[in-house]
Amino acid sequence: MSVELWTWILVGVTFALYFGIAIWARAGSTKEFYVAGGGVSPLSNGMATAADWMSAASFISMAGIISFSGYDGSVYLMGWTGGYVLLALLLAPYLRKFGKFTVPDFIGDRYYSNTARTVAVICALIVSFTYVAGQMRGVGIVFSQFLQVDIVVGVIIGMAVVLVFAFLGGMKGITYTQVVQYCVLIFAFMVPAIFISFQMTGNPIPQMGMGGSTSDGVYILDKLDALHTDLGFKEYTSGTKSTWDVFAITVALMVGTAGLPHVIVRFFTVPKVRDARKSAGLALLFIAILYTTAPAVAVFARTNMIETVSEKSYSSMPNWFKNWEETGLIAWSDKNGDGKIQYVAGNALDGKKPEFLEGRGAFGERLVANPNMAEMNELYVDRDIMVLANPEIAELPNWVIALVAAGGLAAALSTAAGLLLVISTSVSHDLIKKQIKPNISDKGELMAARISILVAVIVAGLFGIYPPGFVAAVVALAFGLAAASFFPAIILGIFDKRMNKQGAITGMVVGTSLMLFYMIRFKTGLVGVMDPLPAEDWWFGTSPEGFGTVAMVVNFVVSFVVSRLTAAPPKEVQEIVEDIRIPSGAGEAAQH
Amino acid sequence: MSEDKTKAKAYWKENLRYLTILLVIWFLVSCGAGILFKDYLNQFSLGGFKLGFWFAQQGSIYVFVILIFVYVYLMNKLDKKYGYEEE
Repeated sequence: MSVELWTWILVGVTFALYFGIAIWARAGSTKEFYVAGGGVSPLSNGMATAADWMSAASFISMAGIISFSGYDGSVYLMGWTGGYVLLALLLAPYLRKFGKFTVPDFIGDRYYSNTARTVAVICALIVSFTYVAGQMRGVGIVFSQFLQVDIVVGVIIGMAVVLVFAFLGGMKGITYTQVVQYCVLIFAFMVPAIFISFQMTGNPIPQMGMGGSTSDGVYILDKLDALHTDLGFKEYTSGTKSTWDVFAITVALMVGTAGLPHVIVRFFTVPKVRDARKSAGLALLFIAILYTTAPAVAVFARTNMIETVSEKSYSSMPNWFKNWEETGLIAWSDKNGDGKIQYVAGNALDGKKPEFLEGRGAFGERLVANPNMAEMNELYVDRDIMVLANPEIAELPNWVIALVAAGGLAAALSTAAGLLLVISTSVSHDLIKKQIKPNISDKGELMAARISILVAVIVAGLFGIYPPGFVAAVVALAFGLAAASFFPAIILGIFDKRMNKQGAITGMVVGTSLMLFYMIRFKTGLVGVMDPLPAEDWWFGTSPEGFGTVAMVVNFVVSFVVSRLTAAPPKEVQEIVEDIRIPSGAGEAAQH
Repeated sequence: MSEDKTKAKAYWKENLRYLTILLVIWFLVSCGAGILFKDYLNQFSLGGFKLGFWFAQQGSIYVFVILIFVYVYLMNKLDKKYGYEEE
């Protein structure tokens, strides 16, 4: 059977499964809608958290980015998993004991202030929308590549699917769909990885194959380092970023992970405090399966790719090369006219993306309008294709290629759904119920939640159709924002009894503004008004991705100083803090 | 101070001690071995891995998983010791 037929079948079957679960898990109350009724088992919650967490960026882009950046890619591996340790030790158990629906709920109650609640809502919305943009883009890429439809059509199909299971089931529907999505995505990621590891090193376990040797007896990592040096790249295992920047980015990602509202909210769905601790551990275990495989995939894919293309003639290229050229994710311009592909260090193009001309070159290649003639390098490869094209590069059977498509969709959809839920909860619960219309009925609130999901899906879809840059780069910035906004307020709320509302609010406002300012100044610019400044102007050599660490420290310091200069929080608030510190005893675990 | 409060204080103090120890290990394997001391550790190798690179891309993640389960174990024991277990 052809790849396309396989893809339609596998995607069709998995989507039918998601719909079935959504209908089975229809939510009848706001408690079911927001926190799945609070009765999810730690195992299911662990899987759901893992799927919620592992986005299109983890599945599609991460191995690709590591593949192109080598050691520098470690920031994602350590950052995104290390944050779980913070979550499990510093946040999950206490937030579960506190026992409300959302992060702004905690902030609003702990800091006895609707201003604090509103600031938290705004932070949650900024973080979630930044992040969801990347997911919708991921859906579009997968659809357009594997089902041969336009990216816009792909995004619209994705929107429709997310809408059905989020709209009907709320958190309950999302949780159980995510359990299935986890299984789909991990299977889809592992099967090709195991095949390729076995092909290249004779060891079926990718984590070990990565440290193994190829058939000629050379360690694969040494071989890759040598290939890199020969072609003028930095050694794969050394990387190019400064130690300070690697450190800053890693910490920003760790803290950002712990501050992501759609992940935190998952710990409200388990019955007990001890379940919250345990499910954080299980979530990381499930995540670690993919996260320790990704760097192995990156090494195999990189070695495979260099060996396939370097100094080989274009006409001898395998089918996958030409297929991906058609979609514009690979581009080649024969700068020296020898018909062979020179893949060496340096930018092949002027600008980030290839611009194609009509017509074909001497060897049948697509003509590129913007080759960078100052550089030797002739080949442009989009980083996002490394995982998607990997099975084709390694000549795996068609069903494996189709499986990767289904897995990529599962990853993107589950994360998008989790984020959309946070957005809708922030609006319906934290804004409407808690502030605008406190006497709204449960039914009315449920309706408001569903309407806000609808609006959020449309906005997210627009982001997907008009994407703001590389999938993972955008997501990485969302972490900086989460680190700069929530994390200090939550940590201080639990560990510093003296922390008051003045301190927390000032900290969140200063941290978030600083991060946004830096992001706009050095990363995105303001369209039509201001262009981003170049890397030479970074403060202390800190990249925008790593700046979350700086903004977080500023948030902590500002909160602390302001809180000590103003009045201590009221007695009943101090009692709340003491109460959340113990799992039971001074009263039952708080009821919803 | 009531007996309940004293007990809660003692529980919290032990909890903080566990947190400190676990987070120090957390920091040492990731930011320490994987980043700050990477170049030094890269002189040594583990099979086909340079050691610093291994910590950055594999080792720290394994340690993270273990750390959380150790924490779960310690805290369950601590809950029992102070009678804070949930039904």
